[in-house]
Amino acid sequence: MLGSVKRDDMAGTQNEFSADSTPHVEVAGLVRTFDASPPWLVRTIGRQQRRIVRAVDGMDFAIARGATLGLVGESGCGKSTVARCLAGLLEPDSGTIRISEASADPSDDRSSRRQVQMVFQDPYSSLNPRWRVGETIGDSLLAFGLAQNRREMRDQVGALLVDVGLAPEDADRYPHEFSGGQRQRVAIARAIAAKPSILIADEPTSALDVSVQAQILNLLRDLQAAHTLTCLFISHDLGVVDHMADTIGVMYLGRLVELRNKTDLFERPLHPYTRMLIETAPRLKRATTRPSAMTGEVPSPLAPPPGCAFHPRCPLATERCRQERPLPRALPEGGFVACHAVAE
Amino acid sequence: MDVRSLTVRLGGGNDAPSVLDRVSFALEAGEIVGLVGESGAGKSMTGAAIIGLLEHPLTKTSGEIWLAGTRIDNLSESAMLAVRGSKIGMVFQDPATSLNPVLTIGHQLTETIRQHEAIGRGEARDRAIGLLSDVGIPSPAERLGSYPHEFSGGMRQRVVIALALAGNPDLIIADEPTTALDVSIQAQIIALLQEVASKRGAGVLLITHDLGVIAEIADRVAVMYSGRIVEIASVASIIEAPHHPYTKALMRSIPVVGDRRGRLPQIAGAMPRVGARPQGCAFHPRCTSRLDRCDADRPELEAKQDAQVACWAV
Repeated sequence: MLGSVKRDDMAGTQNEFSADSTPHVEVAGLVRTFDASPPWLVRTIGRQQRRIVRAVDGMDFAIARGATLGLVGESGCGKSTVARCLAGLLEPDSGTIRISEASADPSDDRSSRRQVQMVFQDPYSSLNPRWRVGETIGDSLLAFGLAQNRREMRDQVGALLVDVGLAPEDADRYPHEFSGGQRQRVAIARAIAAKPSILIADEPTSALDVSVQAQILNLLRDLQAAHTLTCLFISHDLGVVDHMADTIGVMYLGRLVELRNKTDLFERPLHPYTRMLIETAPRLKRATTRPSAMTGEVPSPLAPPPGCAFHPRCPLATERCRQERPLPRALPEGGFVACHAVAE
Repeated sequence: MDVRSLTVRLGGGNDAPSVLDRVSFALEAGEIVGLVGESGAGKSMTGAAIIGLLEHPLTKTSGEIWLAGTRIDNLSESAMLAVRGSKIGMVFQDPATSLNPVLTIGHQLTETIRQHEAIGRGEARDRAIGLLSDVGIPSPAERLGSYPHEFSGGMRQRVVIALALAGNPDLIIADEPTTALDVSIQAQIIALLQEVASKRGAGVLLITHDLGVIAEIADRVAVMYSGRIVEIASVASIIEAPHHPYTKALMRSIPVVGDRRGRLPQIAGAMPRVGARPQGCAFHPRCTSRLDRCDADRPELEAKQDAQVACWAV
């Protein structure tokens, strides 16, 4: 069944709420599955069932205008799928994504796409190697009608390159002439060229060295402040997420297990998975000795355990956890946690 | 292991650009030494030079490498083949590519064991089971018949470590062993490497760009910049009180949980490319504590309190 995806114009309802209380992005009940079945013939001969991966299995979250939501979790937990659904690169199976945009015209898909731009992990594969970077950035300007002619495009590309710390002359160079950090700057320039209100960054510094990482993180924060961007920031590095985000969501097998303000999350993590993640992540300074490593591995999303997906690795698991899926429980200080053991 | 003044050049001549420039460090039995630096600093190159796997046109032009009292850098190719795998075990970043996908892991393990020791199949099989259980693979006897693709990434890296241990090596070179793994699996592999060093008394040379991993398990750290070692010190000293301006700047630029700085201090510029290393100290164009002599004379590693630092300003 195909759910409805609304990218509506909520300008009419804007007066009922103050600007702060209306979330800029609101995601409810987001589900996205992938068909990982073997080919039809193999299935028929081998009498095999279809195999469906529920990459995102019911996610609810909201991001306030100008705020940053960080998503953390191990590979395969569905972080990138959420990002791609939000960016409109993947169609959700069900659930709604609402983007309240005063300027957006709901009938115009192009304008709503323009609102959400994305920066990917690998700046080596996210840029077309045969295009000069000026064309890569300018294409986005022309496609969205932000530049009327090539002369205007050139001027804007030059200004964008300066914004991301490169020079206007770099427009004539090819991606291979740049270092990894510079390529990521180009990718960021391409994203902000569309004048988005929402920027999604999926592991934007994972392929970069630490000193370059600092440069890119600073650049992203500067641009966010300058353009009042609402951000979804995905990283496996807790230090980076803590630096960039206001609120952090922890994902495990397609679901959010905990979503809280970053200070609360790091100071008083509630979900056993969050606690393990924080305790076992390699870090520079540790007050106590390193705890024993988390046992077990992330189960296959093809066959998630019944009940709470984390129960096979959880030290607090009870019979109830094995049978009943815990629902997100709102916390008095804001945010939620989905765990039977914490609730009791 | 003792690496003395190792120099590797791009081409054989003495005027060819150097990729490694007089790299010296030592590693005790049972010790874990981290080799850190940014991409292109020469970390992996150092590992490749130690095991004699430099690819043309890279050539070792000077320096000596000693392992357990034997010089290994001037051995013949066949003698080096025996050293690799038996005296030195290797663990690479991507466990998927360091195993043969069409052979069972039992086959690969027994093959490796019998390569280094004249023992029968049955005995080799028992040893293989022992190794797999040492590295924490559940029901090892049954898993001997499995192919690499039937293991998860973390389990595969355990198999690679078992293979590296097969020849009872004195030294294990682990090049980014946890980079391709998830956080929770990373912690398991870190614990395993630590156990290998302490229980088997093997020295571990841990090459990584991840200072978090280094902080967790290394005893000492050597920091590389542009083909040179700029600082060697205990892990505590590198993290708490680094001496070299590059190490300091690097440590400051890392965001850590709970640190609420608005902007991260960044190092201006980029590391010089091979062949474009500036005169004097390679870091001087980006250094904030630069002195007059830094662009003329190269600083050598000198003892400074508990560390060895190559910097005129320290």
